[in-house]
Amino acid sequence: MRLPTLSTLVAGLLILLGPAVFADPPAAKPHPETTTEGPGAPEGIQVPKPPFSEGIFPCTSCHDGKSMKPNLKRRELTDMHTDIALHHGPASRWCLDCHDANNRDSLHLASGEKVPFTASYLLCGQCHGDKLRDWRVGVHGKRTGSWNGPKQYLLCVNCHNPHTPRFQALKPMPAPTPPEQIQTRKGGAR
Amino acid sequence: MTDHKPECPIGGCEPPATIGGTRREFLGAATAAMATALTGCGTLSKEEFLQHNFRELSKQEVLDVIARLEKEYQAKYGKEVKVANTPPIPGVIFGYALDLSRCIGCRRCVHACVKENNQSRDPEIQWIRVLQMDKEEGVNVQHADAYYNPKEVPEEGHFYMPVQCQQCKKPPCTKVCPVGATWRDKDGIVVVDYNWCIGCRYCMAACPYGARHFNWGEPHLPADEVNPKTHYLGNRPRPKGVVEKCTFCIQRTRNGQYPACVEICPTGSRKFGNLLDKDSEIRYVLENKRVFKFKEDLNTQPNFFYFYGV
Amino acid sequence: MFTLRNFSGFFSDTLRLMTKGGRLYYAWVGFLLLLIAIGAGAYIGQLKDGLIVTKMRDQVSWGFYIGNFTFLVGVAAAAIMLVIPAYIYDWEPIKEITILGEMLAISALVMCLGFVMVDIGRPDRFWHIIPLVGRLNWPQSMLAWDVIVLNLYLLLNWFVVTYLLFCAYTERHYVKKLVLPLVLLSIPMAVSIHTVTAYLYNGLAARPFWNSAILAPRFLASAFCSGPAILLILLQVLRKTTKLTIKDEAIFKVAELMAYTMGFNLFLTAAEAFKELYSGTEHMVYFQYLLFGLKGHTTLVPYAWASILCGLVAFILFLVPRTRTNWVTLNIGCVLIYASVYIEKGMGLIIPGLTPDVLGDIYVYRPSFTEIAVAAGIFAIGFLVFTLMLKAAVPMMLGEFTITKGRTPVEAPPQEI
Repeated sequence: MRLPTLSTLVAGLLILLGPAVFADPPAAKPHPETTTEGPGAPEGIQVPKPPFSEGIFPCTSCHDGKSMKPNLKRRELTDMHTDIALHHGPASRWCLDCHDANNRDSLHLASGEKVPFTASYLLCGQCHGDKLRDWRVGVHGKRTGSWNGPKQYLLCVNCHNPHTPRFQALKPMPAPTPPEQIQTRKGGAR
Repeated sequence: MTDHKPECPIGGCEPPATIGGTRREFLGAATAAMATALTGCGTLSKEEFLQHNFRELSKQEVLDVIARLEKEYQAKYGKEVKVANTPPIPGVIFGYALDLSRCIGCRRCVHACVKENNQSRDPEIQWIRVLQMDKEEGVNVQHADAYYNPKEVPEEGHFYMPVQCQQCKKPPCTKVCPVGATWRDKDGIVVVDYNWCIGCRYCMAACPYGARHFNWGEPHLPADEVNPKTHYLGNRPRPKGVVEKCTFCIQRTRNGQYPACVEICPTGSRKFGNLLDKDSEIRYVLENKRVFKFKEDLNTQPNFFYFYGV
Repeated sequence: MFTLRNFSGFFSDTLRLMTKGGRLYYAWVGFLLLLIAIGAGAYIGQLKDGLIVTKMRDQVSWGFYIGNFTFLVGVAAAAIMLVIPAYIYDWEPIKEITILGEMLAISALVMCLGFVMVDIGRPDRFWHIIPLVGRLNWPQSMLAWDVIVLNLYLLLNWFVVTYLLFCAYTERHYVKKLVLPLVLLSIPMAVSIHTVTAYLYNGLAARPFWNSAILAPRFLASAFCSGPAILLILLQVLRKTTKLTIKDEAIFKVAELMAYTMGFNLFLTAAEAFKELYSGTEHMVYFQYLLFGLKGHTTLVPYAWASILCGLVAFILFLVPRTRTNWVTLNIGCVLIYASVYIEKGMGLIIPGLTPDVLGDIYVYRPSFTEIAVAAGIFAIGFLVFTLMLKAAVPMMLGEFTITKGRTPVEAPPQEI
């Protein structure tokens, strides 16, 4: 995975964890749907900002439809975005299966209907419907907040890089001290 | 002592009165010294020595105990530590579900718990133990390894099962405590009164999940790592010689927050909520996923469930 | 009035008897006091640093202290091995020496209490376990039951011994109507203390090695075949060093009873081993660890087989009348059975029950120097209590030291008055 994308991912996670630790005590029952963040998000699930690589968005700053014409031929990219390794699904998959050819600031569903990046879960959910269903009720993926109050969602892409979605292996934190090595603290107990 | 003087035999005998006097003085001094000495340090206050079981204290006595504890922690750590006594929320029984198909064994939960719950760093105490098991064997503790330390997790062919207090509905530990220092509170959390526990460790022998841990030595907690938001029955710094265990972050969950382990898990494997709330995440898991209970045949009826989300 | 005055005389005279003796006596008491001092020193270190100075850890949370406690409860219960033939079968040769068994029980119980005190993490909170003063979780907790029955048994034995000796001291016949029911009561009470202690382990579903139905019978069988072994040796010692007459047939009768209990003990052990090893479930791991080693850890294996071997040899020595009535083989048998059951109760019960632990972890426990020193100190306390009691009791039993006669140093050779 590319370093800028990874750091954005981690930064996104940390930003969410920080406030979550000091979440206010809640008042009423949970309701996952609150006001939308981006235009056209149909369900109105509040999510954090999509973890774009730095400076990459808005895509239309380059893909304005004038200086570059959309090339719909399935190919391996050589001029730009060569840092993206696509390992998502069958080998026949390529960029414009998800990214909209005519409006690069948007994604599209199989039907052609456009979805904003802030509702990318709808796109993921087309193939991964069971995950979307679990995610909506808070059972898939990380969720922060209060168990009896407002909770925060994460976007699928906050944990799964859409280009290489397989969950990253992590370095494990230290193992427990074996009992043979537990002894009186050096320098006395006080 | 005796008013009938026996004949003193050849060789003499000591007058009994002297023996009685010195003996009495000695006994009095000895008892006082003994009580202080038995604590291993000279700082046991009279109030702490005489404090009764938490469940038997009046409201005022509880406040006095808390005030005394906060003063002690302030003196020991040089910062203000709050000890709460938040009661259980009515209509709540906590449930916990852990997705075994998603846990990658990274142990972030273990260390988040240590930080949140003021556990001794040296000698080390950890309330959560992650077991690495073989996918081929399934859940089998005889083939489990808690000390795995590869470069990266998850390792091929293995899955990971974190174990902590299961907050059983029929806890074998509360049954055996000779002094009633541990009990199951109304919201399902099994708690320990650290000021009543005598450290006999019978509960540790009784727990089938290895969830209870003992302060073998004086716990060492650096002042800058102290979490000042504590609960009397939860994460307040413990003394030497008592048992402790996971309390579902009682200081957080009774205020509506998730336990620290739930919040830190990077893969979202941990789910928590109110079992009595039909709309809760935990109820969704129980109703829609295949859950199992660890060592179910022991009929401890845990409120902690394992499932395979994928 | 008379009784109260005499009792205080009895008390002070007892103390005098205990504090005066010959060179051998002082040497022995001095040695015990030295051991107690060593134990106390080690214990002070344990109070300061906590139980971390032992080698017990979360995985093996009970060890040497509780193993000794369990063994000594058995020794205390075994005192009734003398009571049963003496009073149930009204066998005079043993009746006179029943009191010695009860004194052994008292010493053993004192040691039991000692081991519990040193094992708990907060000895300053010992009062929490006292009913009404603290909070005793009775009837739920087996430990609560143990507290009650052990103390009651101690009280019973202490009362009977004190009463019998007081009667001897005041040259009065003991009231049979008072003593006989109490002594007979001590039989079910002795059974109860060891049964409750067995239930302590038995009730834990988390420990399959202990959670077997025959654990309580095994405890009783092993207690009855090992506890009297100490008595047998002691009786021979007392015969030689004091004027107490103890008939040969009394000793051989006790040995014969022990033989039967040894056989039963071996049978129960075999039954346990068969169930685990033949059924071959996962619960076999504990037996495996004990008898054959597990995953390369074989620390307990030589001890386990030594225990079994000693038990077998002792059984044969006690069973065959010729070896039972031969003093050399009898005493060898006593030592062997004592060693066998001592190993079985400590290493053969506590450790395999906790290894591997509930999550499959294997921690090889060996007692630390502190644990051994403290245990030695407690054993010395028990021996001292027994020695002191004997020192006062034997002259009274012999009728040499009473309210009217005696009052001379007991160890004085016959020519002195």
